[in-house]
Amino acid sequence: MKRLAIFALLMVLLVSCGSSPNQASSRTPVSVYIQNKGSDTMVNLALALAERYQAEHAGVSISVTGGGSGTGIAALLNKTVDIANASRAMTVDEENQATASGIQPVEFVVSRDAIAVIVNPANPVSQLTLQQISDIYSGKIDNWSQVGGEDRPIVRLSRETNSGTHVYFLQTVIRLGDPNNKTLFSTDTLLLPSSEGIVNELRQNPNAIGYDGLGYVPSDLKVIAVGTASGGPYVLPSIATVNDGTYPVSRDLYMYTAGQPTGAARAYLDWILSPEAQQIVADLGFVPIK
Amino acid sequence: MGKSRTWGEAVITAVIKTCGYSAIVFVVLIFFFLLREGLPALAEVRLADLLAVRWYPIENYFGLLPLLTGSLIVTAGAMLVAIPFGIGTAVFIAEVAPRWMREVLKPLVELLGGLPSVMLGFLGILVLAPFLRTFLNLPTGLTALAGSLLLGAIAIPTVVSITEDALDAVPQGYREGALALGATKWQTIWRVTLPAARSGALTAVMLGVGRAIGETMTVMMVTGNAPVLAVHLNSIVSPVRTMTATIAAEMGEVANGSTHYHVLFFIGLVLFVISLAVNVAASTVVFRQKKRAERVLS
Amino acid sequence: MKRSLDRSLVQRAGFSLLTLVTLMTVVPILAVVVYIARQGLPAISWSFLAQMPGDGMRAGGILPAIVGTLYLTLGTAVFSVPLGIAAAIYLAEYARENWLTRLIRIAIINLAGIPSVVYGLFGLGLFVFFLKFGTSILSASLTLSIMTLPVIISAAEEALRSVPQAFRTVSISLGGTRWQTIRRIILPQALPGIITGVILGLERAAGETAPILFTGAAFFLPRLPNSPFDATMALPYHLFVTSTQVPNMPFQIQYGTALVLLVFVLGMNVIATVIRSRARAKRQW
Repeated sequence: MKRLAIFALLMVLLVSCGSSPNQASSRTPVSVYIQNKGSDTMVNLALALAERYQAEHAGVSISVTGGGSGTGIAALLNKTVDIANASRAMTVDEENQATASGIQPVEFVVSRDAIAVIVNPANPVSQLTLQQISDIYSGKIDNWSQVGGEDRPIVRLSRETNSGTHVYFLQTVIRLGDPNNKTLFSTDTLLLPSSEGIVNELRQNPNAIGYDGLGYVPSDLKVIAVGTASGGPYVLPSIATVNDGTYPVSRDLYMYTAGQPTGAARAYLDWILSPEAQQIVADLGFVPIK
Repeated sequence: MGKSRTWGEAVITAVIKTCGYSAIVFVVLIFFFLLREGLPALAEVRLADLLAVRWYPIENYFGLLPLLTGSLIVTAGAMLVAIPFGIGTAVFIAEVAPRWMREVLKPLVELLGGLPSVMLGFLGILVLAPFLRTFLNLPTGLTALAGSLLLGAIAIPTVVSITEDALDAVPQGYREGALALGATKWQTIWRVTLPAARSGALTAVMLGVGRAIGETMTVMMVTGNAPVLAVHLNSIVSPVRTMTATIAAEMGEVANGSTHYHVLFFIGLVLFVISLAVNVAASTVVFRQKKRAERVLS
Repeated sequence: MKRSLDRSLVQRAGFSLLTLVTLMTVVPILAVVVYIARQGLPAISWSFLAQMPGDGMRAGGILPAIVGTLYLTLGTAVFSVPLGIAAAIYLAEYARENWLTRLIRIAIINLAGIPSVVYGLFGLGLFVFFLKFGTSILSASLTLSIMTLPVIISAAEEALRSVPQAFRTVSISLGGTRWQTIRRIILPQALPGIITGVILGLERAAGETAPILFTGAAFFLPRLPNSPFDATMALPYHLFVTSTQVPNMPFQIQYGTALVLLVFVLGMNVIATVIRSRARAKRQW
């Protein structure tokens, strides 16, 4: 019994020691807490923005969580977060649910993003048309030799269905932007739980093709130049080609709030649209809004 | 003094009794919650649609068959690994290894049981999947096979420890009798001892199955999560999507109360019922074996 | 003569096969531990363990994950240990062998078999939404406690049952009530076995990811949690996140996190084993 008491005492001491560096480091009491949740595409960007903002504003604490655009919007509708990150616009369903919950979501475009189509560096294919990419992902094209590559089976990599990137890719690339097109991903598409999963597989699998935000593409992977028609021009994604519209697969990245934001959340969102924050956006491989 | 002692005693006894019933309360509570949130799925989605072959929830395709077959094929593969290695190791530890080796091997196998599943998934992505791809010349290493190998490893400690306990419980007299009749040690193990521990070994296997079918993080990281109907022989070397990975990957995104939410809880209900069935079967086997043993020995 | 030659040949082949099977089971375990240790050791330093993460978690330390796991383990212990031990006492000392007791045992076996992600679903439905605790240490601990309960009950019951009946008989013959007997004689004797079971149960809770995914885990928190209603980072979730969610994460940090988790989990395993063997040596029967 006595040993148990000593053990319990030690645990309590250990735990309270763990929390004391926190008190020592913040001289001003933390007065505001902003909760930020949603898109995995944006999670690292949101984290970098939060870190810089907190370094400059001592009274504010921002927590960042991923889970996918769908997760963030769901949390906003459940009223458990202040700002939802989404790499796609809210769907009609979600907007209806918001109205049903008495919430008027407000949308902010905080950045733009190019969706890069990526392959293993050993893959000889360098360019594809949108139609070819659509056919690859819907299962019509099965082998790299059909698009000018080696005789290898194509392994399709994708993000999970809760990812805004996935939904955007479905609408813009597989369905070529046609709302009446009902083509779906081929069932044997690997739905990997994260961008890193896609990157890991691409790094060592020459059969694979994947897509993700440009900010997630490491320099050792090969980016495909995308063309709208089979004669070209084939364009590589970059800040320039997104801003002048020549790269066909780019999108806005959003932050949503429930109603017009006030106080700390408003200040934070205003700061995100400032040049200083947009420089962070560019540093991370996204496209700053002009 | 006597009155307060009996009154205090009564209170404590009541508290302990309540705590004793708590296990039943929790099982019922979990079942009730799963029913409450999962049954609406049956109302919102037609049964025919639930038994369809396409799972794509964001476009309202709620076919559960690919998920079911995914879980089944990974579990079957896992048992093909766990049963021979688990029972073989248990036999080795209980019957063949010298005393000092037993004391080393037992904790070592228990160690495997303590390894967090996310860690094995982590090694699976970095080491196992690339190895499988190059070694077996597959399009990708993220397959049911990778999941089965890791799940088999996770199930082995369960199979080993329960089988080993069962072998230990076989009376020494059985072995001595067999040896006295001229059998070799090897023959004794396979024709006397192991059959005598049959019910324990069966329980071990069933609990191993339960462990494998319920594993989440490992399969989510290494099986590729492609909702393919896994009914062909070479589905084992193709990517699959399990029920558990589906819940873990999609639960975060669903709005409370949506159809997708209800269907995910329905999948949870299916998993609960499967593990219930496996456990009831395992304990019935043990119960029946015990009754038979009692009849024989009386 | 030939027959016995055949048989001994079969036996030797058989034993060799069993040895091979056991080696194939055991060697990979050691290989995994050694591999993670070798890859992760360079990352371990006092700053790694005691600092907050920085630069999008690609640098700095994993303090919040370590503290989070400690909080969750403590929270799980707070709920599951008293309840589990009390339930075990009921089963070992009070319950009669009737249908109700059989039902309780079946319930315990079932709780042990429920998939961890179903616990996560249950925790989400009950604690996060219905009871409105939100994504918090409280919700996650409660979920993990129910998951840990069967382990503790089984181990504690076995420990209590292993105390010889003689202890109880003597105590009652000397005038002790049932509870006094339990509290002063049986429990202390069974304590090492109970503690072993508790530590093994908590070890599993510390390593689980699925139950805390939607009930308490957070990707990044700027400060350590200071109330049970805060969400928290945790080692297994952090390993999942650093190995799959963050681009350009240095391998060292991933392996370092894996190593810390491994040491935490194995450390508990070692402590439990040591308690168990020392108790066996000191046993009074």
